[in-house]
Amino acid sequence: MHSESSIREPLILGHKTYHDITVDIVGPIENKAPRGWYILTSIAALIAAYGIGCILYLIGEGIGTWGLNKTVDWAWDITNFVWWVGIGHAGTLISAVLLLFRQKWRMAINRSAEAMTIFAVIMAATFPMIHMGRIWMAYYVFPLPNQFGSLWVNFNSPLLWDVFAISTYFSVSLVFWYIGLIPDFATIRDRLTKPAWKKAYSILSFGWTGNAKAWTRFEEVSLVLAGVATPLVFSVHSVVSMDFATSIIPGWHTTIFPPYFVSGAVFSGFAMVQTLLLVLRKVMKLESYINVKHVEYMNIVIIVTGSIVGVAYITELFISWYSGVEYESYAFINRATGPYWWAYWSMMTCNVISPQLFWFKKLRTNLAFTFFMSIVVNVGMWFERFVIIVTSLHRDYMPSSWTMFHPTWVDVGVFLGTIGIFFTLYLLFARYFPVVALNELKSILKSSGESYKQQQATADQHH
Amino acid sequence: MANKVIYAVYEDPEQLKEGARTLVTSGIRVKDVFSPFPVHGIDPIIGVKRTRLGIAAFMFGITGTVLATFGIWYFNIFDWPMNIGGKPSFHLYQNIPAFIPVIFEFTVLCAAHGMAITYLIRNKTLPGMPARNPDPRTTDDKFIIEVRTGDNHGHSSDEITGLLRTTPVFEINERQY
Repeated sequence: MHSESSIREPLILGHKTYHDITVDIVGPIENKAPRGWYILTSIAALIAAYGIGCILYLIGEGIGTWGLNKTVDWAWDITNFVWWVGIGHAGTLISAVLLLFRQKWRMAINRSAEAMTIFAVIMAATFPMIHMGRIWMAYYVFPLPNQFGSLWVNFNSPLLWDVFAISTYFSVSLVFWYIGLIPDFATIRDRLTKPAWKKAYSILSFGWTGNAKAWTRFEEVSLVLAGVATPLVFSVHSVVSMDFATSIIPGWHTTIFPPYFVSGAVFSGFAMVQTLLLVLRKVMKLESYINVKHVEYMNIVIIVTGSIVGVAYITELFISWYSGVEYESYAFINRATGPYWWAYWSMMTCNVISPQLFWFKKLRTNLAFTFFMSIVVNVGMWFERFVIIVTSLHRDYMPSSWTMFHPTWVDVGVFLGTIGIFFTLYLLFARYFPVVALNELKSILKSSGESYKQQQATADQHH
Repeated sequence: MANKVIYAVYEDPEQLKEGARTLVTSGIRVKDVFSPFPVHGIDPIIGVKRTRLGIAAFMFGITGTVLATFGIWYFNIFDWPMNIGGKPSFHLYQNIPAFIPVIFEFTVLCAAHGMAITYLIRNKTLPGMPARNPDPRTTDDKFIIEVRTGDNHGHSSDEITGLLRTTPVFEINERQY
C-alpha cells in the first residue's frame, strides 16, 4: 500500500470505514429528500420554464427579438456561450489533468465538477443553436451529403472548429463521467431494497461486477481518457477564442487569446465548482470528504489562473499601445474610458484584484468568503466576455454608426433560463446520483484518511 | 464429487492480497477477485494480464486522424475547393494548418468513444445486464477471492478452506455449482 507523508494534511476527516463512505454518500439517495431540495428545485424549475418559454418565443419570432443592431451584431448570445463553455472547463480539468498529476484531492470533487461541466456545456451549446435563427437547420453544421450542389461546410472556419470541439468535448466528458459512475451505481444497486429503484440503478450500473480484470480495464480507460481529455480541454477554449482571434476586429485580433481564454475558463470553472460544492457539502453533510483543504487547493488554482488572466489583460493593453495601430489603441482606450467603462472596471476588479485576496491564508480557508468570491469571479468572467464582444463592436470604423447595446427581455430571459435549467439539472444530479466518486475515495481512505494517518504516525514513532 | 465454489471474504485489500498470495504459492488457482475499488498489485498475484485497451485506443485514434484528413481533403480540396480571401485551397499540404483543429478533435472523438465502447463490451457491462458479483457486499466494503474446486483437482475443498483460515479471512462461504 502507498503510504503518504505524515506532513500532508488528511483528505478524509474523522474515523471512517469503507462502509461509512458508502452510507454517507448513498444515504441521501435512499432517504427522502429534505424540504430545502424541493424548494430549490421548484425555484430552479420555474426559472427554467420561463427560459424555455423565452427560447420558444425566440425561435418562433426570430432573433430580431434580441437587442442586436447593425453595429453590435453579436452580443449576449455569444457572451453567454463563452461564459458557459468556460464554466464547463473545470470538471474535465479536475478529473483529467489532476488525474495525470496524481492529485488525490480531486477524488472528492471530480464527480460533481464533471456533472457541472456536462450541464454547463449543454447550456453553452444552446446558444449557437438558437442563434442560428433557423434551429431546424442546425444539422447543416455537419458535413452531410446534400442536394445543394455539394455544399460542404468550411473547414477553414473557427466556427466550424467550434462545432467539432464542443461536440467532442461534450460527448467525451459525458463518457468519462459515466464510466466513473458505473461502479458507484453498482454500489447503490446492491444496497437498495425497493424493487423499482433497484431495477433502475441495475440498468444504470450496466451489470458491473468489480472483478480484478474489470478494475484493471477501468483504471486503463480512466488513464487513457484523461490523457486524451487533457489536450482536449485546452483545445476547446483555444478554439472558442479563435472565433474572435482570427477575425480582424480591433480588440479581437489578438494572438494571446488562446492561453488567455483557457486560463479564464479554468478560473471561472473553479469558481462555479466552489459555488456549488460549498452548498452541496453543507446540505448533504459531506464535510468530512470535501473539507477546507479541498477548498484551499481550489482557491490556489483560482489565484494562479486569475493572475494569468490579469497578466493577459495588461499585456493586451500594452500591446494595443505598442502596436502603434490607431484603431487597436482606440479599442482599448474606449474599453477603459468609453461609455462601457463600468463593464471594463467591473471585470478588472472582479477578475484581477479580488482573487489576489486569496494570498492570505485566513481568507482562502474561510468558506463564507470563498463562496462570496466564487460569485464575484463568475460575475467578473461574464463581464470579461461582454467587454471583449460588445465594446469591441459598438464603436466601429465609422463614427456615424456608433451605438450602444440594449438587451431586450428575451436576451435576459434566455440567459436567466439557462441558469435555471443548469441548476435544475444539477439539483436532480445531487438527488439521484452519487455526488462523490465513492469507489475512488475508498481507494485513498487508508493512505489519506485522518485516523489512518494518525495510526501510521504513531506506528512510525515506535519504530 | 460435486464441484464447489469457495468465496473467501476479506475486509481489507492488504489482507485480500495476503490470502491470494497464500493460495497461489500453494499451487491453487484463484478464479477471480471482487472488490469495491481497484486493488493495486493483485493482478500479478492471481495472473491477470495487462489490458490491451490502450493499444485499442491508439488504433481508434489513428483511424480518426485518417478519416478526418481524408474527409476534409474530399470536402474542401477535391470536391469543392472554396476561395476564402484568396488563400491557397487547391492542395491539402497548403491548407493543412487550418484543418489541424478538426483533425485533432476527430482523433480524440474516435479514440475516446472507440475505447469506451470496447471497454464496455469487453467487461460485459452494457445497459440491462444483470448484476454478476457473487455477493452484494463486494461493492460496499468486502473483498472476495473466488476459488473453484473444478480448477484445482489436486486440492480438496477442505484443504483450500484450511489454507484460507491461516490468513486474516473474515468469513468463508461455499456453494455448489
